[in-house]
Amino acid sequence: MARAVTPRRKAVNTAISWAIGLLIFFPIIWVFVLSFKAEGDAIKAPLEVLSSPWTLESYSIVQERSDYFKHFWNSVILSVGSTFLGLLVAVPAAWAMAFVPGKRTKDVLMWMLSTKMLPAVGVLYPIYLLFIQLGLLDSRLGLVVVLMLINLPIIIWMLYTYFREIPGEILEAARMDGATLRSEILYILTPMAVPGIASTLLLNIILAWNEAFWTLNLTAANAAPLTAFIASYSSPEGLFYAKLSAASVMAIAPILIMGWFSQKQLVRGLTFGAVK
Amino acid sequence: MATQHSRSAARFMMAPAVILLLGWMLVPLVMTLFFSFKKYLPLRGDSMANGLDWVGFENYVRFVSSSSFWPSIWATLIIVGGVLFITVILGIALALLLDQPMWGQGVVRILVIAPFFVMPTVSALLWKNMFMDPVNGFFAHMMKSVGMQPIEFLSQHSLLSIVMIVSWQWLPFATLILLTATQSLDGEQLEAAEMDGASWPSRFIHIILPHLSRAITVVILIQTIFLLGIFAEIFVTTGGAFGTKTLTYLIYQRVLESQNVGLGSAGGVYAIILANIVAIFLMRIVGKNLDA
Amino acid sequence: MKLKSLLLGATVLAGAAFGVNAETLTIATVNNGDMIRMQGLTDDFTTKTGHTVEWVTLEENVLRQRVTTDISTKGGAFDIMTIGMYETPIWGKNGWLVPLNDLSAEYNVDDILPAMRGGLSVDGTLYAAPFYGESSMIMYRTDLMEKAGLQMPEAPTWEFIRKAAAAMTDRDNEINGICLRGKAGWGEGGAFITAMSNSFGARWFDEEWNAQFDTKPWADTLNFFVGMMNESGPAGFATNGFNENLSLFQQGKCGMWIDATVAASFVTNPNDSTVADKVGFALAPDNGLGKRSNWLWAWALAIPAGSQKIDAAKQFIEWATSNGYIELVASKEGWANVPPGARISLYENPNYKDVPFAKMTLDSILSADPNNPTVDPVPYVGVQFAAIPEFAGIATEVSQEFSAVYAGQQTVEEALAKAQALTNDAMEAAGYK
Repeated sequence: MARAVTPRRKAVNTAISWAIGLLIFFPIIWVFVLSFKAEGDAIKAPLEVLSSPWTLESYSIVQERSDYFKHFWNSVILSVGSTFLGLLVAVPAAWAMAFVPGKRTKDVLMWMLSTKMLPAVGVLYPIYLLFIQLGLLDSRLGLVVVLMLINLPIIIWMLYTYFREIPGEILEAARMDGATLRSEILYILTPMAVPGIASTLLLNIILAWNEAFWTLNLTAANAAPLTAFIASYSSPEGLFYAKLSAASVMAIAPILIMGWFSQKQLVRGLTFGAVK
Repeated sequence: MATQHSRSAARFMMAPAVILLLGWMLVPLVMTLFFSFKKYLPLRGDSMANGLDWVGFENYVRFVSSSSFWPSIWATLIIVGGVLFITVILGIALALLLDQPMWGQGVVRILVIAPFFVMPTVSALLWKNMFMDPVNGFFAHMMKSVGMQPIEFLSQHSLLSIVMIVSWQWLPFATLILLTATQSLDGEQLEAAEMDGASWPSRFIHIILPHLSRAITVVILIQTIFLLGIFAEIFVTTGGAFGTKTLTYLIYQRVLESQNVGLGSAGGVYAIILANIVAIFLMRIVGKNLDA
Repeated sequence: MKLKSLLLGATVLAGAAFGVNAETLTIATVNNGDMIRMQGLTDDFTTKTGHTVEWVTLEENVLRQRVTTDISTKGGAFDIMTIGMYETPIWGKNGWLVPLNDLSAEYNVDDILPAMRGGLSVDGTLYAAPFYGESSMIMYRTDLMEKAGLQMPEAPTWEFIRKAAAAMTDRDNEINGICLRGKAGWGEGGAFITAMSNSFGARWFDEEWNAQFDTKPWADTLNFFVGMMNESGPAGFATNGFNENLSLFQQGKCGMWIDATVAASFVTNPNDSTVADKVGFALAPDNGLGKRSNWLWAWALAIPAGSQKIDAAKQFIEWATSNGYIELVASKEGWANVPPGARISLYENPNYKDVPFAKMTLDSILSADPNNPTVDPVPYVGVQFAAIPEFAGIATEVSQEFSAVYAGQQTVEEALAKAQALTNDAMEAAGYK
């Protein structure tokens, strides 16, 4: 609904939007600032914080104390791995639901979503026991599967809504031309669905990266991602704002940067079928 | 239009997803149901290997008769309802604002969606310590500098504070979805209405809101699913004190803090029932909306 | 599985290089200062034994949740767990921990302070070795005390403390007479108020396991605490735990602070504390009933039963809790920073005698009696806790009710009534009645 407006109106819009944007973003800026301060300065009043000397001390302490890159790699492997595995399962399912809808399709979809409502804390014991039996405790493989399952309903739903937007006539035409099911998916559907798949992928990487219950409770030293890294910096003895800030920046920066670069994609795709 | 062939192919393609989710749902569900009828106190040496005593519905009765049960339902509803209310209202406002022509639209959009990328644990930690701490927090410093007594957010206004923290995390999501919907709004229709002398409120109610209704239901549905299970935000900030014990948190307390797996599992079954009531209710609305 | 065998292969290779059977130990620990210092010194252990160590460092509440789940399901995710005086007897009794009754002669297990050894043993068998031990005591500002015209006795009463706190309070200058824990959680405010209640003649349970929150001593304890904190405590004390109070004290915002003895080394460390040279120490207060309000605690290292690496794990525990480790820390960071409260010989060491808080720490530890914690007899062991599996859950809920009182959201009577009901309910659920 963008229309031509007077420069004055545009200036007002700009001012208000920037003010709100900065307000929402401010906590992240502040953590960033505190991460470059000494512990004693980080607890001071805001103006004193800003005028105090800048230092990389907290980052070097955090890096010395815990193996950031190990946790970082685990986060990458878990989030990317679970997302791709999820897509592998979800693309065919969503395709089938979108193009060969049965009477029950909508029910199946809703049932899938409802599996997300199982309270994780309530099933920790069952899952933990299961993981022990399967030898999956503290393994990346086990967590990849769990994260995939947690997010699978969301993936399927998002993909389903994209696929539904693809006009059926194109497929009909392709079928007339004698396209096989495989080539139909590969050459016609996939290119049309790429934007949708891309934003599904992004959203799921974010959700998996930030998942903090299973990733903390099913890991020890080998598979622990950044969520466990953060758990060692929350409320230790003594002053900790600067170290906590540095650790927080290190934990959220990768996903934030990824989000920024792909925000156009994300904005375009994050519709859940809400737009007609 | 669908042939027999494509139908069976479709079934085949859906099978992995359905089987996996069925397993993911049934295995824990059956185990939770099983435990909920058992006396299972791991710290007293109860274990599956030794066999567990059957206690009938005792855990179910005990879970609801606890003085914490109804307050926990209440706290859950306030947090879910409060966050939904704030994110939907502000989300609509932000979506409409961000859709206006302005300089640096892309950058503003990035600023607004950034909180969505922050892990719940990190966001709870940063709000609790760097902002809401009554001594060293940002807000406390600001209030002291103008001569006011700092607010003790997490003890005096605990639920409100948690709603604020969670809303900050989910506002970007609501804004994004509503923004995508706003962008498809018919500008000509709006302009025509404006020419006809329709006031802004009436344009909003008669054109914009109906157009956004689908997006709003999607926001409510997805957020409710995630909000019913919020845990990290409470664990980090209040640990369930000051009336912030939600149903999820109460189950955590029973299973892990009290190490009463049977009792907690009964709570888990209640939570599943509650979630499904909410789900059915929501899906009725959404289902209708999605068909339209 | 493939990954596992690969890792195994790597370990075997490393072992061959060392000529011993080198293992990789996974150790779960808490993120406090002494433990983090130990992580920095792990290389010393690796050079001595060839074993390597993977640390899983977690915040206290997360750690408890993590290790309890793992041990009660026999998960085997960790080779060594950092646990406290509360968990050790319960887990030891369940047969979940490897007995530490065959430690080497040079380790000298008899050198462990009897109070600590007793608290970490079941029927005379040691199940966890103390890394450091603590009691609680008063830390106070000598300058503010003088300004108030008062003199701190070695063993003050609660009446004196309340009077002194009021006299030291100067809210215009952000000085609170006294800072105490009000934060919910059995190990936080719950531990403090339980230890305090002992000196008021209160107890958690009578000998038939009936909750005792409907008794006068509990009402007295809470009313005294709330009254004193409202007069002289910091704003928002309902959410202050150890760490918040430490920070307040270091910034010079507290006249007195009654808390863990290990805090003494932090408040007297000039790098972190603005009041390092103005801190005095005294025994935790009493009420003339024969029990003081100090607790007893140890962070200790234990090996889960069923571990595949028991020998290497024992080597680590011997290294980390030995006199050799204490000397290693002393040589690098000075005597004030060695892990305190675990070994008798430390307190006989002439180098440690100069440390200002050494004597008061030892006196406090010696004055706590976990086997006989209360004025009236109780069926449980433990000063600031009752060593039964149900306690952590119950005490966390009870302390949440108390914190709501501190925040002004309910009255003392309401909180005690709720505490009474929920404690009896949980005890019934656990089969005590």
